[in-house]
Amino acid sequence: MIQATQRILSRIGRATLAVFQSIGALILFALTAVSHIFRPPFYFGAFVRQLLNIGYFSLPVVGLTALFTGAALALQIYSGGSRFNAEAVVPQIVAIGMVRELGPVLVGLMIAARVTSSIAAEIATMKVTEQIDALTTLSTNPMKYLTTPRVLAAFLVVPLLVGIGDIIGIMGGFFVSTSRLGFNPSNYIQNTADFLTFIDIVSSLTKGAVFGFIAALMGCYYGMNSNRGAQGVGEATKSSVVVASVLILASNYLLTEMFFSS
Amino acid sequence: MITIKDLHKSFGPKTVLNGVNMHIAAGHSMVIIGGSGTGKSVLLKNILGLITPDSGSIEVNGIDPNTRNRDAFLDMFGMLFQGGALFDSLPIWQNVSFRLLQGKHKLSNSEAHEIAVEKLRRVGLRPEVADQYPGELSGGMQKRVGLARAIAAEPEIIFFDEPTTGLDPIMSGVINELIREIVVEMGATAMTITHDMSSVRAIADEVAMLHEGVVQWTGKVGDMDNSGDPYLDQFINARPDGPIEAIR
Ligand SMILES: Nc1ncnc2c1ncn2[C@@H]1O[C@H](COP(=O)(O)OP(=O)(O)OP(=O)(O)O)[C@@H](O)[C@H]1O
Ligand SMILES: [Mg+2]
Repeated sequence: MIQATQRILSRIGRATLAVFQSIGALILFALTAVSHIFRPPFYFGAFVRQLLNIGYFSLPVVGLTALFTGAALALQIYSGGSRFNAEAVVPQIVAIGMVRELGPVLVGLMIAARVTSSIAAEIATMKVTEQIDALTTLSTNPMKYLTTPRVLAAFLVVPLLVGIGDIIGIMGGFFVSTSRLGFNPSNYIQNTADFLTFIDIVSSLTKGAVFGFIAALMGCYYGMNSNRGAQGVGEATKSSVVVASVLILASNYLLTEMFFSS
Repeated sequence: MITIKDLHKSFGPKTVLNGVNMHIAAGHSMVIIGGSGTGKSVLLKNILGLITPDSGSIEVNGIDPNTRNRDAFLDMFGMLFQGGALFDSLPIWQNVSFRLLQGKHKLSNSEAHEIAVEKLRRVGLRPEVADQYPGELSGGMQKRVGLARAIAAEPEIIFFDEPTTGLDPIMSGVINELIREIVVEMGATAMTITHDMSSVRAIADEVAMLHEGVVQWTGKVGDMDNSGDPYLDQFINARPDGPIEAIR
């Protein structure tokens, strides 16, 4: 009995240590990636390529996601609101819902699906085929050459994507409301604009920056720490997307708490 | 000059290097032979500092691989990886002149392209290859591009991990000659891993055979045939029977 308890306790202890160890490793990884932003040499070309890849090429998926979500949101608020004669609030709730929550979260998750996975798979493949070792022997720091441009680009460009997603989401709600639900277009726009505050927009973009950072960082971290072989690449890709998504949702809660609770 | 003393390296429970001692004089060509999985590639990676040894010491021109000035240390080396390890997002010419496009003294694109074409020619590849991507080349061509990259910056120490594996006999001959040339003309120190005995005889000044984590035999290439070492004899004469077991 005592032995069994001991065994369980020691197993819990070991698991706890392992968790702290990986958190520590992750924080160290993040700090290293960030520190390279300020230390030459800088790989400007790689940075620009990542801006395009993460930002520009994500536009279609971000646009479509936001458009359909905004449209569905308007329908839901209308039908839910009509139960207590509050159909008129559609513009305001669509605006606040998109800008404060759905815009950043959906863009964050889409970036986790599209960008985190591709970063993880690419870097893990490079690791498995010794390209990371080759970089090192060519006196090029892989963190600086691969991780920093990706993380910085995502940090800067995902807020932009979120801003665009917010606008397209509101437009989705606008189209449905004016064409199907009988709202007056100019009133709709007026109500939306009047209702949104500065802090709504700041919180939206801040979330975008944090989510972008998390998404790129997780892709790089799992890629760099991938095991050997094709299985290692698959595992790295899967874990990176799962962990990035969970961290995005968790940090979304924390940021909402920070911006709006008091 | 490379000096390795009592080098140990294990991966988990598996001991790969178990007390390797080796000395390579400047300007000499050392060839490492040994069965598959005996730790030849691991040995090279230890010297480059890509893998940290468990114990033992390595010195390259008196410098430890884990020196604080890693860039200066690595600038001495060129390395051909066993799998080529080309950067598949970059065109061939940028792969070859990768090092020349970095750092303080970096060359312009046109200069780097020109050097890449010249190095490609030395490994028997046409200038058109320069603008293709690694994915478009055959395995043997990729290997030769890796070779061109290893010699592009004219390093003083060059490591070749199986430079002729996957090449046709004529191309193997060309590469053997090239490696010999680099050692003789440029005065480079070379360390080559190969399974190809004709390469060994063409390239080596000295030979070391790895077996079960240690250097089983080392000596001048001319002494290889009458070493009296049963392991070496079995290996170089490709005999299935002998002290080396076929299942490893
Ligand atoms: N990063 C690593 N993690 C775990 N084990 C490794 C690692 N690198 C090498 N090994 C193991 O070390 C042993 C030696 O590998 P190494 O690649 O040096 O062999 P080799 O002598 O180069 O063989 P070959 O001639 O087939 O290339 C192998 O059993 C391999 O599985
Ligand atoms: Mg090998």
